[in-house]
Amino acid sequence: MRSLALLTIMSLLSVGALAQTPAADSTPPGNAETGKKLFVQYGCYQCHGYAAHGGAGPRLAPRPLTFAALSRYIRQPKGEMPPYTTKVLSEQQLADVYAFLRSVPEPLPVDSIPLLKSN
Amino acid sequence: MKRLPAAVPPSVQQIANETAVPKEMPHLAGKPNSDFMVDVIKSLKIEYVYSNPASSFRGLHESLINYGKNTMPEFITCMHEESSVAMAHGHYKASGKPQLMLCHGTVGLMHATMAVYNAWADRVPIIMIGGNDLDAAHRPPGVPTYHSAQDIGVLVRDFSKWDDMPVSAQHFAQSFVRAYRYAMTPPYGPVLLSLDAGLQDAPVDDPHLYIPRYVASAPPHADLNALREAAKLLVAAENPVIVVDKVARTEQGMKSLVQLAELLQVPVVDQMGRMNMPNTHYLNHTASAQNLIRNADVIMGLECRDFWNTVNQWIDNGEEHGHGLREQRIKPNTKLITISSMELNTKSNFQDFQRFQVTDIGMAADAEASLPALIEAVRSAIPSDKKAAIEKRGEALKKSYQQARERQRQTAALGWDASPISTARLNAEVYNAVKNEDWSLVTSTGNTSGWSERMFKMDKHYRWLGSSGASGLGYGLPASVGAAHANKALGRFSVSIQGDGDMMYAPGALWTAAHHKIPLLFVMHNNRAYHQELMHLQRMANRYQRGATYEKTHTGTGIEDPNIDFAMLARSMGLYGEGPISDPKDLGPALRRAVERVERGEVALLDVVTQPR
Repeated sequence: MRSLALLTIMSLLSVGALAQTPAADSTPPGNAETGKKLFVQYGCYQCHGYAAHGGAGPRLAPRPLTFAALSRYIRQPKGEMPPYTTKVLSEQQLADVYAFLRSVPEPLPVDSIPLLKSN
Repeated sequence: MKRLPAAVPPSVQQIANETAVPKEMPHLAGKPNSDFMVDVIKSLKIEYVYSNPASSFRGLHESLINYGKNTMPEFITCMHEESSVAMAHGHYKASGKPQLMLCHGTVGLMHATMAVYNAWADRVPIIMIGGNDLDAAHRPPGVPTYHSAQDIGVLVRDFSKWDDMPVSAQHFAQSFVRAYRYAMTPPYGPVLLSLDAGLQDAPVDDPHLYIPRYVASAPPHADLNALREAAKLLVAAENPVIVVDKVARTEQGMKSLVQLAELLQVPVVDQMGRMNMPNTHYLNHTASAQNLIRNADVIMGLECRDFWNTVNQWIDNGEEHGHGLREQRIKPNTKLITISSMELNTKSNFQDFQRFQVTDIGMAADAEASLPALIEAVRSAIPSDKKAAIEKRGEALKKSYQQARERQRQTAALGWDASPISTARLNAEVYNAVKNEDWSLVTSTGNTSGWSERMFKMDKHYRWLGSSGASGLGYGLPASVGAAHANKALGRFSVSIQGDGDMMYAPGALWTAAHHKIPLLFVMHNNRAYHQELMHLQRMANRYQRGATYEKTHTGTGIEDPNIDFAMLARSMGLYGEGPISDPKDLGPALRRAVERVERGEVALLDVVTQPR
């Protein structure tokens, strides 16, 4: 019954999103469709949302970190993120998840959303 | 061996009890003590009795209805004692007036305990009466004996302010007024009277009975010297921060906080235990909490539940031998000030006092009552050559406030059209639907990642009523009903963002809302899981490098297969129900329909299938 709501909110409000312009180099090939399924199957959606848009954790997409940076963080995270070692998520599976993250389209321009325009 | 029958046939006595015409009862003359007890209750202008009926207070129940004419207080039928307490809890937070809760002193109070603990941890006053049948030589045999105990107060003594067991009508009058006064002296809290059935039924035999006049106690005020020292530190600081949690007991508390913040041009971080600092004010910098705390040279915490966790950081990552990493957030020389009434009413057993934090100035006092004197002390301490620097700080804070709002707007756009519906969109749509009402967000359970606080423009004290207190599930639904009950009389529109897990603890509270015609809009945050625990499972599985698939993390945490049809559940109890709604495009129109129903005085529930957080 315990809740970490406050902790979650404070973290969310202050932690920068784990996404930026991707680098083209050293990105292993992956299958976005498979990655989307793995994203749910291995629990990424729990904190980052089904669309990788963020929730209890920061957004992962669109414009994810480089594969190298994301991999480094996932394998040995510094903050609240639970570690995903290769025993939990293989290199190929991570590549597939990364392909999914890269496939996530840009959000609608915020000014095109009436409810957010007026906020 | 003789074979026993499959079912023992009823005895002659049992058959008679079930079927015979009751014997003529003696006609009692005169007035029972329970009538006088109603007079005592009425003297305190208590409006409602939230209760599930029980024989151990049948005398008082009858007096409330016939002698008291079921007004001031009116009996509100609840379907679980935990709901009774939570409704009184919610009512207080909307009205500022404590209500009465009646229950069986044993089986009912045991049901109620979790909600009492929430009220205790949330510092909310509730007057509780537990019926009891003490006289073992005269009480009816069977069920009433199971429903009697020597000391029912022990059930809640660890998390209530006071309890008593009056043995005469005069004792009841004194104890009831005393209980009310204790409950209503900050820090507020629940109180209990154990009420003997025999005492309720006995005739009034004391011609000198009187009802003590209630006079409220002044709240505990901070030491003036300590306030002056705190003011000096705040004025001298380059980067002061005020962190607030449960400061504003009243509208005046919010106004005082704004006054203090404006005087110093100091950013305020609101931990939202109450509606403390309007999020429409440029000095509300909750969104920048961590950076502000990291760079502060003076931090003042006002009624913070967990000041340690405000100035330190705990990361649940298994480090430090599995206990999690603890890091100080603040600079080594940061001065810490606290004003908190929580220290005035602590008990040892239940650990709601959190980790210990050393402070430079600590004031055990009610913060709201102490704010006016602090404001005066600050005003006196500001030298004229400091005013320009304070003004400049305010200008910078205005700019960063706007920047934070813009970041939030951009973040809300992410996943805007996702299905299940994002929690940002859920809150944006609900706010849009109610913004032209005099709305009150009575609860938001199930955790929508802070989007309620970010999307709703909270500018008045009743816009947000805070959370449960002890994070005990089962609070959101009944507390919403209680708060909406109070808001109905105040002409406010009540809306609740309702978690699915919380809803299922005691869904009978929906019936209470419908039966008593309490207008209220429930919008489900239905993520079909006890999601906090689901994330804990994933964390532990990954920590041990075992991982966990969707099926495993949903074991014991998923609320699916079958999915609960909350709209049907609502309709079954007389509410307007719609859903499940998974497509975000359907949400706005559904909300408009539901709002129309609530405007007409109905209770409406929309089942919205949402992203986990």
